[in-house]
Amino acid sequence: MNKSGGSKSSRQLGWFWSLPGLIFLGVFAAFPVISMLLMSVLTAGRFGGVTTPFTLDNFVRATDQTFLKVILTSILIAAATAILSLLIGFPTALFISRLTRKWQIILIIAIILPYWTNFLVRTYAWLVLLNNEGIINKFLRNIGLISQPIEMLYTPFAVIIGMTYLYLPLMILPIYAALEKVDKNLVEASLDLGSSAWKSLRTVSIPLAMPGILIGLIFVFVPSMGNFVVPELLGGGKTVMIGNLVRDQFLKARDWPFGATFALVLTIILIILISIQSRVSRKVNINA
Amino acid sequence: MATVRKFKFSATVVAAAALVLAACSSGSSDEASSASVDPNVDITTQKLVISNWAGYYPEDLAAKVKEAIGVDITITNHATNEEVMGKLTASDDSGIDVAFVSGQYAQALASAGKIINFDKAAIPNLANLYPEVADLAYDKGTNYSAPYAWGTTGICYRSDLIDFTPTSWNDLLNPKDSVKGKTTMLATERWLALPAMKALGFSVNTTNADEIAKAKEQLIATKPTLLAYDDTAFYTKLVSGEAVLTEAWDGWCNYGIAENPNIKFVIPNEGSDLWADTMVILSSSKNKEAAHAFINYILQPDVHAWVANNILYKVPNKAATETLDPALATSYPNMGLTPADLLKGEVVVDLGADSRIYTDLATEVTSS
Repeated sequence: MNKSGGSKSSRQLGWFWSLPGLIFLGVFAAFPVISMLLMSVLTAGRFGGVTTPFTLDNFVRATDQTFLKVILTSILIAAATAILSLLIGFPTALFISRLTRKWQIILIIAIILPYWTNFLVRTYAWLVLLNNEGIINKFLRNIGLISQPIEMLYTPFAVIIGMTYLYLPLMILPIYAALEKVDKNLVEASLDLGSSAWKSLRTVSIPLAMPGILIGLIFVFVPSMGNFVVPELLGGGKTVMIGNLVRDQFLKARDWPFGATFALVLTIILIILISIQSRVSRKVNINA
Repeated sequence: MATVRKFKFSATVVAAAALVLAACSSGSSDEASSASVDPNVDITTQKLVISNWAGYYPEDLAAKVKEAIGVDITITNHATNEEVMGKLTASDDSGIDVAFVSGQYAQALASAGKIINFDKAAIPNLANLYPEVADLAYDKGTNYSAPYAWGTTGICYRSDLIDFTPTSWNDLLNPKDSVKGKTTMLATERWLALPAMKALGFSVNTTNADEIAKAKEQLIATKPTLLAYDDTAFYTKLVSGEAVLTEAWDGWCNYGIAENPNIKFVIPNEGSDLWADTMVILSSSKNKEAAHAFINYILQPDVHAWVANNILYKVPNKAATETLDPALATSYPNMGLTPADLLKGEVVVDLGADSRIYTDLATEVTSS
């Protein structure tokens, strides 16, 4: 009797302690998603807002070729950003993880520090660097390597570069966290047993860091997908991403339901990706 | 546990539904209501929240207003019409008393019942405005919007870096090889469409599907020749020489001219638009008397002239314009445009539900 009474009260206590978390999830996750869902099946008000009747027209309209192309472009650009971030981020994280504790801390701070600067400022810096009369083109011209400026700014390439720079710390940090936990003895053992440095990396470090790599890919891909400022500033408005569509439907066309539809499409794509990531990550953990 | 979760879930659904339905009701009010101003109200007991574009008003405006009419004002900034429209339409009371918005947005707000018709007796300084402002199509008779600045759209170019004088929108839409990759167009959809509409002889307010399709074809053909779509920094691109020919609002071109006198402005011979930025009073305002007094204060010639002298935009205020130094129009030729010149331009009006035609057009062009 005592036992059952005790477990009951502890169960109630458990509920009590998880209440803040549940309220947080309700208010900031479930509530907005449900609002978005409802809004996407309503009709646009004349000057913004939503009104009845319920309709699925928005989803039909969203399958128009123009919009599908924008969604595809967004996926490609976000994927390219994630891969480029991985190519730069993994060696960086590996390098940091093999330093002494003191240097690890210094370099991690050095990576986080620029992240505290307003992202608009960091994005504008690329305008100064990449434009046709900018620092890179002027330098290349002055040393005689080129006569005509290389067009770098206002291209999808500039968008990828800009977003890679913005989100790189989100790649480096989880990979570093994963590599840092790897038992150094395992790496040494593989080298002692005749693995080349490359083979040891491929068969020991990379598999053990895989959960961190997957998290990094998601962390970079997700905000890249929804970004609309970088395509506008560095893409010169010539590259349209799904974030731009959402913003334009809400603020310019005053078509909230259609904007909500794209926001929902974006959310669905990201949920699918995150569930793939967590499944792969679990498999990797079991294998390890 | 399951029942509690179910309860939480359904409570969230109900709350979300309530929110969405609340947005429903706020979107469907009627035409602008008239408000009569009570002359016996002591306006110094009222406080105003003003929303204006950053940099579009004197920095010491709040202190000046307090001194002149005794009203405490708080000024919030918005970057674009779209941003302030979002704030004004998202709820029944945005907390804003007076907003600065472009004419066609004032028209939209009036149709939605979000702003009031002025009690003109409380704004005697409306008489300082050019009589022509009563003809502006978005608000004939100046009933709910007081114009603050006005102008047109044209081509802003580097006369020293190109070997011809642009006269036509086609100089931008179908550029000569020498300027390819060095031109920009405005990104906001109505102005993104404007050069094509004018070059093809259509109205800037057209909703005719054939005309939209022809304009789209032209704009898609133009896209590969552009450096960028740019609303905000095109004049800095002209100054650096990155761009040599840009679609521009005349006031913004002046910022370029101020840094490099080789920058020139021209209204293409196919014609252009006439836009105005205006002041409106929100229906939700509980300080309507002070709001009228604020607008009346801005329309004072000495106050309104600040716009022309400091941010190089033309003011639709006859009395204020007469106080300007004639040298201003010599350095910045567009400042010499008369109301008659401006009225040759077509007034951009709100298209209501058809606005989406232009948003879709812009999406199709920029993503092509």
